[in-house]
Amino acid sequence: MAAVLPGTQVAARRGGLRRLARRKSTMAFLLTLPLIVLIAALVVYPAFYSMYLSMLNKSLERFVGLANFKFLFTRDTFWMVVKQSCIFAVTAVVFKALIGFCVSHFVHNVPAKGQRKWRGMLLIPWVIPPAMSTLGWFWLFDPSYSAFNWIFVRIGLPAVTWLGDPHWARFSVILVNVWYGAPFFLIMYLAALKSVPEQLYEAAAIDGANWWQKIWYVTLPMMRNIIAITVLFSLIVTFANFDIVRILTAGGPIDQTHVFATWAFQLGIEGGDLPLGACVSLFMFPILGVAAYFILRDINRRGNEA
Amino acid sequence: VKAKSLRRERRWALIWSYVFLVFFAVIFLTPPLYMLITSLKTSAEISAVTLPWWVFHPTLENYYALFTSEAYLTFFRNSAVVSLCVVAITMVISILAAFSLSRMKFWGSATLATGVFLTYLIPETLLFIPLFKIFAFVQDWTGIELMNHWWVLIVIFPTLTVPFCTWIMIGYFASIPKELDEAALIDGASYFQVLTRVFLPVALPGVIAATIFAFTVSWADFLYPMAFTTSIDQLVLPAGIVTTLIKGDVFNWGQIMTAALLGAAPPLIIYAFLMDYYIAGLTAGATKG
Repeated sequence: MAAVLPGTQVAARRGGLRRLARRKSTMAFLLTLPLIVLIAALVVYPAFYSMYLSMLNKSLERFVGLANFKFLFTRDTFWMVVKQSCIFAVTAVVFKALIGFCVSHFVHNVPAKGQRKWRGMLLIPWVIPPAMSTLGWFWLFDPSYSAFNWIFVRIGLPAVTWLGDPHWARFSVILVNVWYGAPFFLIMYLAALKSVPEQLYEAAAIDGANWWQKIWYVTLPMMRNIIAITVLFSLIVTFANFDIVRILTAGGPIDQTHVFATWAFQLGIEGGDLPLGACVSLFMFPILGVAAYFILRDINRRGNEA
Repeated sequence: VKAKSLRRERRWALIWSYVFLVFFAVIFLTPPLYMLITSLKTSAEISAVTLPWWVFHPTLENYYALFTSEAYLTFFRNSAVVSLCVVAITMVISILAAFSLSRMKFWGSATLATGVFLTYLIPETLLFIPLFKIFAFVQDWTGIELMNHWWVLIVIFPTLTVPFCTWIMIGYFASIPKELDEAALIDGASYFQVLTRVFLPVALPGVIAATIFAFTVSWADFLYPMAFTTSIDQLVLPAGIVTTLIKGDVFNWGQIMTAALLGAAPPLIIYAFLMDYYIAGLTAGATKG
């Protein structure tokens, strides 16, 4: 473009640009421009486009308003997915938080020089890409060669159809999610535990507090903020989970383990009904909005305290 | 008496801590270890009804088969190229933006910083369907075929990495004392020099943490490759292993486990060497707000 312009004009334009660039705020804006373009084009625009898409018919030719949503509300599978998504996310997050909280205390209790080793070992589930580790779980749950069942049979328990029975399948996807996510909580809580001043525990001990009172009156209040942030954050991620359910059960048996993401994938990409898929994924919005609101509030409060 | 009982209490707490730590370590490490065990077995040993938790005739034939499998090497190459490009793009975009947002105020910069964090909370599962359609009409308008090409992941993965990396870089940059860059400016440094000579060296741990994050996220992502790439030569590792090895008629579990383990190796190796940076990056998001 610039090459076709006469030389003087180019120079003048460059001079103008340079003068503009020398202004701090202009340069600041230019530096953030790549970020703004990326987010606007590939996050904000698709998010809004998704709302429009959800109001088209299957062949994307006609605007049908809320007909897709109405159609979803009449389907039992939809309500099952809503229920399963909530059960999946809430149960998984609660157990992740509990296990993370307990294990972080165990790590915190051992002598400092051993902590690094334990922490390093216990974070491994979080480091392995979930698609890969879920394959390992899939093989552990294999109907005919399940290594868990081998143990169960040896100790006299009945073999379990891990992914074939709806209840066990629901249990299995939650189990794998907890296994994958608990280390994240462990690391966050361990970092938070380290920041609780030792004097508080000493003061509590002098006042005769037992271990339970120390946790309830010292640890929990000191960690309240970080617990809130990790739980809300994990709630979003777990609610939007795709990998684990997709690989373990692909939604089956008979759609019993579908969550929003996997069902949207099945309807939209595999079934070729993009608007309906967009509808399903949009149902993640409300919970995301609520969680995001609380996270932002907590983070701002944290910023003000500091 | 009191001191003695206190000491005894401490010792019991320690013993119980170790007991539970061993218990949880066993649970946490069972799947990867079982993957390793299976990867060392022949198909015959896997299907034989013997002790599944032990390898009686260890063999590397699964590893050999994968290293000579053209499809698997293609997945690996695609993953490596995509991840490295995404890391480079992410770091350029987020360091420039974080530099600007942490030091220079302009109209809307505070809102933008919050907005960056909000976009981090928007999951990919909300965006893959509209993106699918958007790719289709980008092709109609420009003739560029985005669908079913591995490089399209280089374009969209930054949406997963840039917001968080920018966010933690803002945190690291904001903790650098203002006097440092003011001194450099007075000495005649340009903004670019302030960034490369002052900010980047001082915030190096943050840069490393963000780089690790960007790499692991783009290496591990599963949904976008599943939605946007289908041909065998266009797949990256997670999608490739799941769609080609699993969907075959005969499950070759030894090879699947080997493939998954090797696919998990790059993040694990990075983690083994840079654990402290990895953890710093992980906790930075919540503690540096």
